[in-house]
Amino acid sequence: MIKNATKKLYLSLILIFLYAPILVLVLYSFNASRTRAKWGGFTLKWYGSLFKNQEILTALFNTLFIALVSSVTAAVIGTVACIAIMNLKKRPRAIMIGITNIPMLNADIVTGISLMLLFISLGLKFGMRTILLSHITFCIPYVILSVMPRMKQLNPHIYEAALDLGAGPVYGFFKVVFPEILPGVLSGFLMAFTMSLDDFIITHFTKGAGVDTLSTKIYTEVKKGIKPEMYALSTLIFMTVLILLLLVNRAPSDKKS
Amino acid sequence: MNKKKLLGTPYYIWSAMFIIIPLCMVFYYGFTDKKGAFTLENITAIASAEHAKALWLALSLSLVSTLICLLLAYPLAMILTGLKVNQHSFIVLIFILPMWMNFLLRTLAWQTILEKTGVLNSILSFLHLPALNIINTPYAIIVGMVYNFLPFMVLPIYNSLAKIDRNLVHAARDLGADGLQVFLKVTLPLTLPGIISGITMVFIPALTTFVISKLLGGSKVLLIGNVVEEEFTQAGNWHLGSGLSIVLMLFIIVNMVISTIFDKDGEGSVL
Repeated sequence: MIKNATKKLYLSLILIFLYAPILVLVLYSFNASRTRAKWGGFTLKWYGSLFKNQEILTALFNTLFIALVSSVTAAVIGTVACIAIMNLKKRPRAIMIGITNIPMLNADIVTGISLMLLFISLGLKFGMRTILLSHITFCIPYVILSVMPRMKQLNPHIYEAALDLGAGPVYGFFKVVFPEILPGVLSGFLMAFTMSLDDFIITHFTKGAGVDTLSTKIYTEVKKGIKPEMYALSTLIFMTVLILLLLVNRAPSDKKS
Repeated sequence: MNKKKLLGTPYYIWSAMFIIIPLCMVFYYGFTDKKGAFTLENITAIASAEHAKALWLALSLSLVSTLICLLLAYPLAMILTGLKVNQHSFIVLIFILPMWMNFLLRTLAWQTILEKTGVLNSILSFLHLPALNIINTPYAIIVGMVYNFLPFMVLPIYNSLAKIDRNLVHAARDLGADGLQVFLKVTLPLTLPGIISGITMVFIPALTTFVISKLLGGSKVLLIGNVVEEEFTQAGNWHLGSGLSIVLMLFIIVNMVISTIFDKDGEGSVL
Protein backbone atom coordinates (compact mmCIF):
# COMPACT_ATOMS: atom_id res chain seq x y z
CA MET A 1 0.00 0.00 0.00
CA ILE A 2 2.63 2.49 1.17
CA LYS A 3 4.90 1.41 -1.65
CA ASN A 4 2.19 2.08 -4.20
CA ALA A 5 1.44 5.48 -2.70
CA THR A 6 5.12 6.44 -2.84
CA LYS A 7 5.25 5.42 -6.49
CA LYS A 8 2.18 7.48 -7.32
CA LEU A 9 3.52 10.47 -5.42
CA TYR A 10 6.86 10.24 -7.23
CA LEU A 11 5.15 9.94 -10.60
CA SER A 12 2.92 12.94 -9.87
CA LEU A 13 5.86 15.07 -8.73
CA ILE A 14 7.72 14.36 -11.97
CA LEU A 15 4.63 15.12 -14.02
CA ILE A 16 4.17 18.40 -12.12
CA PHE A 17 7.82 19.21 -12.82
CA LEU A 18 7.33 18.50 -16.54
CA TYR A 19 4.01 20.26 -16.95
CA ALA A 20 4.27 23.20 -14.49
CA PRO A 21 5.96 25.52 -17.04
CA ILE A 22 3.26 24.64 -19.56
CA LEU A 23 0.57 25.53 -17.03
CA VAL A 24 2.34 28.85 -16.38
CA LEU A 25 2.37 29.62 -20.12
CA VAL A 26 -1.31 28.73 -20.48
CA LEU A 27 -2.12 31.08 -17.57
CA TYR A 28 -0.13 33.88 -19.24
CA SER A 29 -2.31 33.58 -22.31
CA PHE A 30 -5.35 34.54 -20.19
CA ASN A 31 -3.55 37.34 -18.32
CA ALA A 32 -5.06 40.78 -19.04
CA SER A 33 -1.83 42.55 -18.01
CA ARG A 34 0.65 43.01 -20.81
CA THR A 35 3.70 42.18 -18.65
CA ARG A 36 4.20 38.75 -17.22
CA ALA A 37 5.15 40.23 -13.83
CA LYS A 38 1.63 40.67 -12.53
CA TRP A 39 -1.79 39.10 -12.93
CA GLY A 40 -4.25 41.58 -14.38
CA GLY A 41 -7.36 39.45 -14.44
CA PHE A 42 -8.80 36.93 -16.89
CA THR A 43 -9.11 37.84 -20.56
CA LEU A 44 -9.49 36.23 -23.94
CA LYS A 45 -8.39 39.30 -25.89
CA TRP A 46 -4.95 37.91 -26.85
CA TYR A 47 -6.68 35.09 -28.69
CA GLY A 48 -8.50 37.69 -30.74
CA SER A 49 -5.54 39.97 -31.43
CA LEU A 50 -3.42 36.95 -32.30
CA PHE A 51 -5.22 36.58 -35.61
CA LYS A 52 -4.55 40.22 -36.45
CA ASN A 53 -0.84 40.00 -35.67
CA GLN A 54 0.66 39.50 -39.12
CA GLU A 55 4.22 38.94 -37.82
CA ILE A 56 3.26 36.07 -35.55
CA LEU A 57 1.05 34.49 -38.21
CA THR A 58 3.91 34.64 -40.74
CA ALA A 59 6.28 33.06 -38.23
CA LEU A 60 3.70 30.34 -37.55
CA PHE A 61 3.27 29.70 -41.26
CA ASN A 62 7.06 29.52 -41.74
CA THR A 63 7.45 27.11 -38.81
CA LEU A 64 4.73 24.76 -40.06
CA PHE A 65 5.89 24.99 -43.66
CA ILE A 66 9.50 24.18 -42.71
CA ALA A 67 8.46 21.33 -40.42
CA LEU A 68 6.16 19.80 -43.04
CA VAL A 69 8.48 20.12 -46.04
CA SER A 70 11.54 18.90 -44.17
CA SER A 71 9.86 15.96 -42.44
CA VAL A 72 8.16 14.77 -45.66
CA THR A 73 11.39 15.10 -47.65
CA ALA A 74 13.29 13.36 -44.86
CA ALA A 75 10.72 10.55 -44.76
CA VAL A 76 11.14 9.89 -48.49
CA ILE A 77 14.95 10.16 -48.63
CA GLY A 78 15.32 8.30 -45.33
CA THR A 79 13.06 5.37 -46.24
CA VAL A 80 14.68 4.93 -49.64
CA ALA A 81 18.13 5.19 -48.07
CA CYS A 82 17.15 2.58 -45.51
CA ILE A 83 16.45 0.01 -48.24
CA ALA A 84 19.86 0.69 -49.74
CA ILE A 85 21.68 0.61 -46.40
CA MET A 86 20.10 -2.75 -45.48
CA ASN A 87 21.45 -4.19 -48.74
CA LEU A 88 24.98 -3.00 -48.11
CA LYS A 89 27.74 -5.30 -46.92
CA LYS A 90 28.52 -5.28 -43.24
CA ARG A 91 31.33 -2.72 -43.25
CA PRO A 92 29.86 -0.05 -45.53
CA ARG A 93 26.60 -0.48 -43.67
CA ALA A 94 28.29 0.23 -40.33
CA ILE A 95 29.93 3.31 -41.84
CA MET A 96 26.62 4.64 -43.20
CA ILE A 97 24.88 4.05 -39.85
CA GLY A 98 27.76 5.86 -38.17
CA ILE A 99 27.38 8.85 -40.50
CA THR A 100 23.62 8.83 -39.91
CA ASN A 101 24.27 8.99 -36.18
CA ILE A 102 26.43 12.10 -36.45
CA PRO A 103 23.63 14.71 -36.51
CA MET A 104 21.85 12.84 -33.67
CA LEU A 105 24.89 12.65 -31.41
CA ASN A 106 26.63 15.85 -32.38
CA ALA A 107 25.76 19.02 -30.50
CA ASP A 108 23.15 21.17 -32.23
CA ILE A 109 25.41 24.19 -31.97
CA VAL A 110 28.19 22.38 -33.87
CA THR A 111 25.72 21.15 -36.52
CA GLY A 112 24.40 24.70 -36.79
CA ILE A 113 27.75 26.42 -37.22
CA SER A 114 29.07 23.72 -39.57
CA LEU A 115 26.09 24.23 -41.89
CA MET A 116 26.48 28.00 -41.57
CA LEU A 117 30.11 27.75 -42.67
CA LEU A 118 29.09 25.51 -45.59
CA PHE A 119 26.41 27.91 -46.81
CA ILE A 120 28.78 30.86 -46.54
CA SER A 121 31.46 29.13 -48.58
CA LEU A 122 28.90 28.03 -51.19
CA GLY A 123 27.75 31.62 -51.39
CA LEU A 124 24.14 30.62 -50.69
CA LYS A 125 21.88 33.45 -49.60
CA PHE A 126 20.64 32.80 -46.06
CA GLY A 127 16.88 32.40 -45.88
CA MET A 128 14.14 29.85 -46.24
CA ARG A 129 16.27 27.64 -48.53
CA THR A 130 19.16 27.31 -46.09
CA ILE A 131 16.78 26.59 -43.19
CA LEU A 132 15.07 23.84 -45.21
CA LEU A 133 18.38 22.22 -46.21
CA SER A 134 19.49 22.21 -42.57
CA HIS A 135 16.22 20.86 -41.22
CA ILE A 136 16.08 18.05 -43.78
CA THR A 137 19.64 17.14 -42.76
CA PHE A 138 18.82 16.71 -39.09
CA CYS A 139 15.42 15.11 -39.80
CA ILE A 140 16.66 12.22 -42.01
CA PRO A 141 18.41 10.35 -39.14
CA TYR A 142 15.16 10.19 -37.15
CA VAL A 143 13.46 8.51 -40.11
CA ILE A 144 16.31 6.10 -40.84
CA LEU A 145 16.71 5.07 -37.21
CA SER A 146 13.03 4.35 -36.80
CA VAL A 147 12.59 2.54 -40.14
CA MET A 148 15.72 0.42 -39.72
CA PRO A 149 14.39 -1.84 -36.89
CA ARG A 150 11.24 -2.51 -38.94
CA MET A 151 13.35 -3.45 -41.96
CA LYS A 152 15.41 -5.83 -39.85
CA GLN A 153 12.27 -7.66 -38.70
CA LEU A 154 11.07 -8.02 -42.27
CA ASN A 155 11.19 -11.49 -43.78
CA PRO A 156 13.11 -11.01 -47.08
CA HIS A 157 11.49 -14.12 -48.56
CA ILE A 158 8.07 -12.44 -48.68
CA TYR A 159 9.42 -9.80 -51.05
CA GLU A 160 11.22 -12.48 -53.10
CA ALA A 161 7.99 -14.47 -53.23
CA ALA A 162 6.16 -11.40 -54.53
CA LEU A 163 8.78 -11.03 -57.25
CA ASP A 164 8.53 -14.75 -58.11
CA LEU A 165 4.79 -14.37 -58.44
CA GLY A 166 5.33 -11.72 -61.07
CA ALA A 167 5.28 -8.45 -59.15
CA GLY A 168 7.64 -5.73 -60.36
CA PRO A 169 10.13 -4.38 -57.82
CA VAL A 170 8.16 -1.16 -57.28
CA TYR A 171 4.79 -2.92 -57.09
CA GLY A 172 6.28 -5.57 -54.82
CA PHE A 173 7.75 -2.92 -52.54
CA PHE A 174 4.50 -1.02 -52.13
CA LYS A 175 2.38 -4.16 -51.75
CA VAL A 176 4.62 -6.19 -49.47
CA VAL A 177 7.40 -4.19 -47.85
CA PHE A 178 5.85 -0.78 -47.40
CA PRO A 179 2.85 -1.81 -45.27
CA GLU A 180 5.23 -3.60 -42.91
CA ILE A 181 7.57 -0.65 -42.44
CA LEU A 182 4.82 2.00 -42.46
CA PRO A 183 4.62 2.32 -38.64
CA GLY A 184 8.36 2.99 -38.60
CA VAL A 185 8.08 5.57 -41.38
CA LEU A 186 5.21 7.29 -39.60
CA SER A 187 6.89 7.44 -36.21
CA GLY A 188 10.09 8.69 -37.85
CA PHE A 189 8.11 11.32 -39.73
CA LEU A 190 6.33 12.42 -36.56
CA MET A 191 9.58 12.57 -34.61
CA ALA A 192 11.21 14.59 -37.40
CA PHE A 193 8.21 16.94 -37.57
CA THR A 194 8.30 17.53 -33.80
CA MET A 195 12.06 18.12 -33.79
CA SER A 196 11.86 20.56 -36.70
CA LEU A 197 8.99 22.42 -35.04
CA ASP A 198 10.82 22.73 -31.73
CA ASP A 199 14.24 23.52 -33.19
CA PHE A 200 15.81 26.80 -32.33
CA ILE A 201 19.58 26.35 -32.32
CA ILE A 202 20.14 25.11 -35.88
CA THR A 203 17.63 27.62 -37.30
CA HIS A 204 19.38 30.38 -35.35
CA PHE A 205 22.61 29.78 -37.27
CA THR A 206 21.16 29.08 -40.70
CA LYS A 207 18.38 31.63 -41.07
CA GLY A 208 18.75 34.93 -42.84
CA ALA A 209 17.75 38.33 -41.56
CA GLY A 210 14.32 38.32 -43.18
CA VAL A 211 12.92 34.92 -42.24
CA ASP A 212 11.66 34.09 -38.75
CA THR A 213 10.22 30.94 -37.26
CA LEU A 214 8.31 31.00 -33.98
CA SER A 215 11.48 30.01 -32.10
CA THR A 216 13.71 32.70 -33.55
CA LYS A 217 10.95 35.28 -33.15
CA ILE A 218 10.57 34.41 -29.47
CA TYR A 219 14.35 34.61 -29.03
CA THR A 220 14.47 38.17 -30.37
CA GLU A 221 11.50 39.09 -28.17
CA VAL A 222 13.09 37.79 -24.96
CA LYS A 223 14.76 41.09 -24.12
CA LYS A 224 11.79 43.37 -24.84
CA GLY A 225 9.28 40.97 -23.33
CA ILE A 226 7.28 38.26 -25.05
CA LYS A 227 4.08 39.44 -26.71
CA PRO A 228 1.04 37.92 -24.96
CA GLU A 229 -0.28 36.74 -28.34
CA MET A 230 2.64 34.33 -28.44
CA TYR A 231 1.38 32.62 -25.28
CA ALA A 232 -2.09 32.42 -26.77
CA LEU A 233 -0.72 30.83 -29.94
CA SER A 234 1.39 28.31 -28.01
CA THR A 235 -1.59 27.37 -25.89
CA LEU A 236 -3.68 26.82 -29.01
CA ILE A 237 -0.99 24.62 -30.60
CA PHE A 238 -0.49 22.62 -27.43
CA MET A 239 -4.22 22.07 -26.88
CA THR A 240 -4.73 21.01 -30.50
CA VAL A 241 -1.97 18.42 -30.25
CA LEU A 242 -3.20 17.23 -26.86
CA ILE A 243 -6.74 16.72 -28.15
CA LEU A 244 -5.51 14.99 -31.32
CA LEU A 245 -3.33 12.64 -29.29
CA LEU A 246 -6.13 11.81 -26.88
CA LEU A 247 -8.40 11.01 -29.84
CA VAL A 248 -5.75 8.83 -31.48
CA ASN A 249 -5.09 6.98 -28.24
CA ARG A 250 -8.80 6.44 -27.65
CA ALA A 251 -9.29 4.94 -31.08
CA PRO A 252 -9.03 1.16 -30.88
CA SER A 253 -5.75 0.11 -32.46
CA ASP A 254 -5.61 -3.10 -34.46
CA LYS A 255 -1.86 -3.46 -33.98
CA LYS A 256 -0.56 -5.96 -31.47
CA SER A 257 2.39 -3.80 -30.51
CA MET B 1 20.72 -6.07 -56.38
CA ASN B 2 22.68 -3.19 -57.88
CA LYS B 3 19.50 -1.24 -58.41
CA LYS B 4 18.77 -1.38 -54.68
CA LYS B 5 22.18 0.00 -53.89
CA LEU B 6 21.53 2.89 -56.27
CA LEU B 7 18.52 3.85 -54.17
CA GLY B 8 20.88 5.09 -51.52
CA THR B 9 22.55 7.60 -53.84
CA PRO B 10 20.43 10.64 -52.90
CA TYR B 11 21.16 10.08 -49.24
CA TYR B 12 24.85 9.35 -49.80
CA ILE B 13 25.23 12.61 -51.68
CA TRP B 14 23.12 14.43 -49.10
CA SER B 15 25.10 13.16 -46.13
CA ALA B 16 28.42 13.90 -47.82
CA MET B 17 27.29 17.40 -48.69
CA PHE B 18 25.51 18.38 -45.48
CA ILE B 19 27.11 16.21 -42.79
CA ILE B 20 30.70 15.40 -43.78
CA ILE B 21 31.77 18.52 -45.70
CA PRO B 22 30.36 20.96 -43.08
CA LEU B 23 32.31 19.15 -40.35
CA CYS B 24 35.45 19.37 -42.48
CA MET B 25 34.81 23.10 -42.79
CA VAL B 26 34.70 23.46 -39.00
CA PHE B 27 38.08 21.72 -38.86
CA TYR B 28 39.44 23.89 -41.68
CA TYR B 29 38.40 27.10 -39.94
CA GLY B 30 39.51 25.82 -36.55
CA PHE B 31 43.05 25.10 -37.74
CA THR B 32 43.61 28.26 -39.80
CA ASP B 33 43.85 31.95 -39.04
CA LYS B 34 42.22 34.81 -40.93
CA LYS B 35 44.90 34.71 -43.61
CA GLY B 36 44.34 31.00 -44.16
CA ALA B 37 47.65 29.92 -42.61
CA PHE B 38 47.80 26.85 -40.38
CA THR B 39 47.65 27.62 -36.67
CA LEU B 40 46.85 25.91 -33.40
CA GLU B 41 45.97 29.18 -31.70
CA ASN B 42 42.21 28.71 -32.00
CA ILE B 43 42.46 25.37 -30.22
CA THR B 44 44.86 26.47 -27.51
CA ALA B 45 42.63 29.49 -26.90
CA ILE B 46 40.56 27.16 -24.72
CA ALA B 47 43.31 27.45 -22.10
CA SER B 48 42.84 31.21 -21.72
CA ALA B 49 41.33 32.14 -18.37
CA GLU B 50 37.95 33.23 -19.73
CA HIS B 51 37.42 30.19 -21.98
CA ALA B 52 38.73 27.66 -19.50
CA LYS B 53 36.35 29.03 -16.88
CA ALA B 54 33.40 28.78 -19.29
CA LEU B 55 34.34 25.21 -20.25
CA TRP B 56 34.84 24.18 -16.63
CA LEU B 57 31.48 25.66 -15.60
CA ALA B 58 29.71 24.01 -18.55
CA LEU B 59 31.34 20.67 -17.73
CA SER B 60 30.43 20.78 -14.06
CA LEU B 61 26.85 21.97 -14.63
CA SER B 62 26.20 19.38 -17.34
CA LEU B 63 27.71 16.55 -15.28
CA VAL B 64 25.58 17.48 -12.27
CA SER B 65 22.47 17.75 -14.47
CA THR B 66 23.18 14.40 -16.13
CA LEU B 67 23.57 12.76 -12.73
CA ILE B 68 20.34 14.30 -11.43
CA CYS B 69 18.53 13.19 -14.60
CA LEU B 70 19.81 9.64 -14.17
CA LEU B 71 18.82 9.50 -10.49
CA LEU B 72 15.35 10.87 -11.29
CA ALA B 73 14.81 8.85 -14.45
CA TYR B 74 15.76 5.33 -13.33
CA PRO B 75 13.15 4.95 -10.57
CA LEU B 76 10.67 6.73 -12.82
CA ALA B 77 11.29 4.30 -15.67
CA MET B 78 10.89 1.38 -13.25
CA ILE B 79 7.56 2.74 -12.05
CA LEU B 80 6.43 3.29 -15.65
CA THR B 81 7.30 -0.30 -16.63
CA GLY B 82 5.39 -1.51 -13.57
CA LEU B 83 2.25 0.32 -14.69
CA LYS B 84 -0.18 -1.92 -16.45
CA VAL B 85 -0.28 0.31 -19.48
CA ASN B 86 -0.18 -1.81 -22.57
CA GLN B 87 0.23 1.16 -24.79
CA HIS B 88 3.91 1.72 -24.93
CA SER B 89 3.33 4.73 -27.15
CA PHE B 90 1.21 6.49 -24.54
CA ILE B 91 4.10 6.66 -22.07
CA VAL B 92 6.41 7.96 -24.77
CA LEU B 93 3.82 10.63 -25.60
CA ILE B 94 3.67 11.96 -22.05
CA PHE B 95 7.33 12.86 -22.39
CA ILE B 96 7.25 14.06 -26.00
CA LEU B 97 4.10 16.17 -25.57
CA PRO B 98 5.77 19.12 -23.77
CA MET B 99 7.97 19.56 -26.84
CA TRP B 100 4.95 20.88 -28.69
CA MET B 101 5.12 23.95 -26.52
CA ASN B 102 8.07 25.98 -27.72
CA PHE B 103 11.37 25.11 -26.01
CA LEU B 104 12.27 28.77 -25.41
CA LEU B 105 8.89 29.59 -23.91
CA ARG B 106 9.02 26.56 -21.62
CA THR B 107 12.45 27.59 -20.41
CA LEU B 108 11.30 31.19 -19.96
CA ALA B 109 8.39 29.95 -17.85
CA TRP B 110 10.99 28.77 -15.33
CA GLN B 111 11.94 32.42 -14.85
CA THR B 112 8.44 33.04 -13.53
CA ILE B 113 8.55 29.96 -11.36
CA LEU B 114 12.00 30.60 -9.91
CA GLU B 115 12.23 34.40 -9.63
CA LYS B 116 12.24 36.23 -6.29
CA THR B 117 8.51 36.80 -6.15
CA GLY B 118 7.80 33.82 -8.36
CA VAL B 119 5.55 30.79 -8.07
CA LEU B 120 8.00 28.63 -6.14
CA ASN B 121 8.73 31.29 -3.53
CA SER B 122 5.03 32.03 -3.09
CA ILE B 123 4.45 28.37 -2.31
CA LEU B 124 7.46 28.29 0.01
CA SER B 125 6.34 31.39 1.93
CA PHE B 126 2.83 29.94 2.19
CA LEU B 127 4.41 26.90 3.84
CA HIS B 128 6.52 29.23 6.03
CA LEU B 129 9.72 27.98 4.44
CA PRO B 130 12.68 30.22 3.60
CA ALA B 131 12.70 31.66 0.08
CA LEU B 132 15.08 30.35 -2.58
CA ASN B 133 16.99 32.88 -4.64
CA ILE B 134 18.26 30.76 -7.47
CA ILE B 135 17.25 32.68 -10.58
CA ASN B 136 20.26 34.05 -12.49
CA THR B 137 22.58 31.59 -10.74
CA PRO B 138 24.09 28.32 -11.95
CA TYR B 139 21.41 26.47 -9.93
CA ALA B 140 18.70 27.86 -12.18
CA ILE B 141 20.68 26.61 -15.19
CA ILE B 142 20.78 23.13 -13.65
CA VAL B 143 17.00 23.23 -13.17
CA GLY B 144 16.61 24.27 -16.81
CA MET B 145 18.91 21.51 -18.04
CA VAL B 146 17.24 18.79 -15.98
CA TYR B 147 13.82 20.01 -17.10
CA ASN B 148 14.68 20.14 -20.79
CA PHE B 149 16.65 16.92 -21.06
CA LEU B 150 14.96 14.59 -18.55
CA PRO B 151 12.76 12.97 -21.25
CA PHE B 152 15.90 11.97 -23.16
CA MET B 153 17.07 10.05 -20.11
CA VAL B 154 13.71 8.50 -19.25
CA LEU B 155 12.82 7.14 -22.70
CA PRO B 156 15.93 5.02 -23.44
CA ILE B 157 15.97 3.59 -19.90
CA TYR B 158 12.26 2.87 -20.11
CA ASN B 159 12.73 1.17 -23.48
CA SER B 160 15.52 -1.08 -22.23
CA LEU B 161 13.59 -1.91 -19.04
CA ALA B 162 10.48 -2.79 -21.02
CA LYS B 163 12.47 -5.24 -23.16
CA ILE B 164 13.70 -7.31 -20.18
CA ASP B 165 12.22 -10.79 -20.18
CA ARG B 166 10.21 -11.13 -16.95
CA ASN B 167 11.28 -14.77 -16.76
CA LEU B 168 14.86 -13.71 -16.14
CA VAL B 169 13.78 -11.84 -13.03
CA HIS B 170 11.65 -14.77 -11.90
CA ALA B 171 14.50 -17.19 -12.52
CA ALA B 172 16.89 -15.07 -10.45
CA ARG B 173 14.28 -15.00 -7.68
CA ASP B 174 13.82 -18.78 -7.83
CA LEU B 175 17.55 -19.23 -7.57
CA GLY B 176 17.50 -17.33 -4.29
CA ALA B 177 18.46 -13.78 -5.19
CA ASP B 178 16.84 -11.04 -3.11
CA GLY B 179 15.42 -7.82 -4.55
CA LEU B 180 18.70 -5.91 -4.43
CA GLN B 181 20.66 -8.77 -5.98
CA VAL B 182 18.15 -9.10 -8.82
CA PHE B 183 18.50 -5.41 -9.46
CA LEU B 184 22.30 -5.37 -9.40
CA LYS B 185 22.89 -8.66 -11.24
CA VAL B 186 20.02 -8.77 -13.73
CA THR B 187 18.12 -5.52 -14.22
CA LEU B 188 20.96 -3.02 -14.06
CA PRO B 189 23.34 -4.81 -16.49
CA LEU B 190 20.52 -5.37 -18.98
CA THR B 191 19.56 -1.69 -18.94
CA LEU B 192 23.14 -0.46 -19.30
CA PRO B 193 22.70 0.35 -23.04
CA GLY B 194 19.69 2.50 -22.14
CA ILE B 195 21.59 4.27 -19.38
CA ILE B 196 24.58 5.00 -21.62
CA SER B 197 22.35 6.25 -24.40
CA GLY B 198 20.47 8.44 -21.92
CA ILE B 199 23.70 9.89 -20.56
CA THR B 200 24.82 10.79 -24.09
CA MET B 201 21.48 12.36 -24.95
CA VAL B 202 21.55 14.54 -21.83
CA PHE B 203 25.23 15.32 -21.41
CA ILE B 204 25.99 16.60 -24.93
CA PRO B 205 23.12 19.10 -25.26
CA ALA B 206 23.65 20.22 -21.66
CA LEU B 207 27.38 20.73 -22.18
CA THR B 208 26.90 22.77 -25.34
CA THR B 209 23.76 24.76 -24.52
CA PHE B 210 23.80 28.51 -24.82
CA VAL B 211 20.08 29.14 -24.62
CA ILE B 212 19.35 27.80 -21.14
CA SER B 213 22.25 29.73 -19.63
CA LYS B 214 21.16 32.88 -21.44
CA LEU B 215 17.52 32.63 -20.34
CA LEU B 216 17.98 31.42 -16.77
CA GLY B 217 21.53 32.37 -15.84
CA GLY B 218 21.19 36.09 -16.39
CA SER B 219 24.06 37.80 -18.17
CA LYS B 220 26.53 36.85 -15.46
CA VAL B 221 26.90 33.16 -16.20
CA LEU B 222 28.81 32.31 -19.38
CA LEU B 223 29.06 28.73 -20.57
CA ILE B 224 31.31 27.51 -23.38
CA GLY B 225 28.23 27.35 -25.64
CA ASN B 226 27.64 31.07 -25.11
CA VAL B 227 31.26 31.83 -26.02
CA VAL B 228 31.02 29.85 -29.28
CA GLU B 229 27.65 31.37 -30.16
CA GLU B 230 28.93 34.90 -29.61
CA GLU B 231 32.01 34.27 -31.73
CA PHE B 232 29.74 33.36 -34.63
CA THR B 233 26.87 35.83 -34.28
CA GLN B 234 28.45 38.91 -32.68
CA ALA B 235 32.25 38.87 -32.57
CA GLY B 236 32.42 37.36 -36.05
CA ASN B 237 35.59 35.40 -35.36
CA TRP B 238 34.63 32.11 -37.03
CA HIS B 239 38.16 30.75 -36.70
CA LEU B 240 38.15 31.05 -32.92
CA GLY B 241 34.54 29.79 -32.73
CA SER B 242 35.46 26.77 -34.87
CA GLY B 243 38.55 26.07 -32.78
CA LEU B 244 36.52 26.05 -29.57
CA SER B 245 33.90 23.84 -31.26
CA ILE B 246 36.61 21.33 -32.08
CA VAL B 247 37.44 21.16 -28.38
CA LEU B 248 33.74 20.54 -27.70
CA MET B 249 33.71 17.82 -30.35
CA LEU B 250 36.48 16.00 -28.48
CA PHE B 251 34.05 15.48 -25.61
CA ILE B 252 31.36 14.40 -28.06
CA ILE B 253 33.69 11.88 -29.72
CA VAL B 254 34.73 10.41 -26.36
CA ASN B 255 31.04 10.10 -25.55
CA MET B 256 30.28 8.44 -28.91
CA VAL B 257 33.10 5.93 -28.47
CA ILE B 258 31.91 5.01 -24.98
CA SER B 259 28.34 4.59 -26.18
CA THR B 260 29.30 2.38 -29.15
CA ILE B 261 31.34 0.15 -26.83
CA PHE B 262 28.39 -0.34 -24.50
CA ASP B 263 25.59 -0.26 -27.02
CA LYS B 264 26.65 -2.31 -30.01
CA ASP B 265 23.20 -2.99 -31.43
CA GLY B 266 21.78 0.46 -30.84
CA GLU B 267 19.39 -1.11 -28.35
CA GLY B 268 19.18 1.91 -26.14
CA SER B 269 17.86 4.25 -28.81
CA VAL B 270 15.07 6.63 -27.94
CA LEU B 271 12.84 5.55 -30.77
